[in-house]
Amino acid sequence: MKTIAIESVAAMIPDGASLMIGGFMGVGTPERVIDELVRQHKKKLAVIANDTAVPGRGIGKLVTAGLLDKVIASHIGLNPDTQQQMIAGKIAVDLVPQGTLIERIRAGGSGLGGILTPTGVGTVVEDGKRKIDVNGTSYLLETALRADFALVHAFLADYAGNLSYALTARNFNPVIALAADTVIVTADHIVPVGVIAPDHVVTPAAVVDYLVANR
Amino acid sequence: MDAQTIIAKRIARELRPGMLVNLGIGIPTLVANFVPEGASVYFQSENGLIGTGPIPEEGMTHPTLTDAGGRPVSALPGASTFDSAMSFALIRGGHLDMTVLGGLQVDVQGRLANWMIPGKMVPGMGGAMDLVTGAKRVIVAMQHTAKGKPKIVKACGLPLTSVRSVDLVVTEMAVIGFAGGHATLLETAPGVSVEQVVEATEAPLLRSDNIEEMKL
Repeated sequence: MKTIAIESVAAMIPDGASLMIGGFMGVGTPERVIDELVRQHKKKLAVIANDTAVPGRGIGKLVTAGLLDKVIASHIGLNPDTQQQMIAGKIAVDLVPQGTLIERIRAGGSGLGGILTPTGVGTVVEDGKRKIDVNGTSYLLETALRADFALVHAFLADYAGNLSYALTARNFNPVIALAADTVIVTADHIVPVGVIAPDHVVTPAAVVDYLVANR
Repeated sequence: MDAQTIIAKRIARELRPGMLVNLGIGIPTLVANFVPEGASVYFQSENGLIGTGPIPEEGMTHPTLTDAGGRPVSALPGASTFDSAMSFALIRGGHLDMTVLGGLQVDVQGRLANWMIPGKMVPGMGGAMDLVTGAKRVIVAMQHTAKGKPKIVKACGLPLTSVRSVDLVVTEMAVIGFAGGHATLLETAPGVSVEQVVEATEAPLLRSDNIEEMKL
């Protein structure tokens, strides 16, 4: 794990990169990394996240700045910019049931090829997918997801990179932290090693590549 | 009493002590205002919270304590928080006793369409497909008609949320069940006749032997 300045984080992310981004309606999203991606005008990004928040917040800022080519999300309904760009053909949007999306990411971070879920059977979600019968119940084979970078926001990070999260800001964060080649973390508070008790560490330091320095 | 209050109050009567319940956005959220006294019900927000409480007073909100719409909520004593994989394991895994969702259409078998209107509204399904597929009981809270058109129909013209039949549809006019795999009129709202319900419903309705007046 290395500590890194916010400017260097965004410089490390090339145009066209795929990003998993934590947060649920902007709650638990690494806002400073987003702001820096916008400032450095990184383009043609693919984002995997629960939603695209609202204009002016979290992933919504990337949408409004026109930086996204592709979005895989469960919900875009509260961001009219995403809907407009989808209809205009500027962003390819793949809508995935929320429980399926998080399990595909979990599979990607767990060395699994995918998961079997009953969600979506008999609906438009099953189009083009393999249906597998297990003991008389139909399931869809949903394949694993991974990304080049995971952008994680934690409540506490210790100097080694162990992480804990706050309330509903946890959401996708600890799951995406396993599913990307490079894991970048911002935290509300950076604290000495030992402040987060071993039982309270949710994401172990060993999976974190970069911790963004606070100012 | 307005339509939304009738629906929310009637659905609240389905709550039992100790239940784990997920309420969707819109009319379903109002159900929490009518929890029977003494019935401690656990409300889940699928963004990672069990023990969701009322909206806090102004100045008492916290940016990391929110519901699935991103709005500030409070947490009751005994609340717990967790990640999204855990949240949906609870939903799909048979741990959620009841979910209440809004609806656009419900067909004669009780199959729900509530997540998109092709060409008009494509917000994404969020957690709705998992909730309808996985919850032990599914209750739809919706107005009986939209712009005069029945919402309980022979066949859904809109894309289905799940092929699983819901358990109850509660509207401001009636309670309709699907126990036998077919829409059955169970209750009518005060001042509403069976004929009025039938008139406002496209799907053919079976009639319960004992159609009761909705208790609110």
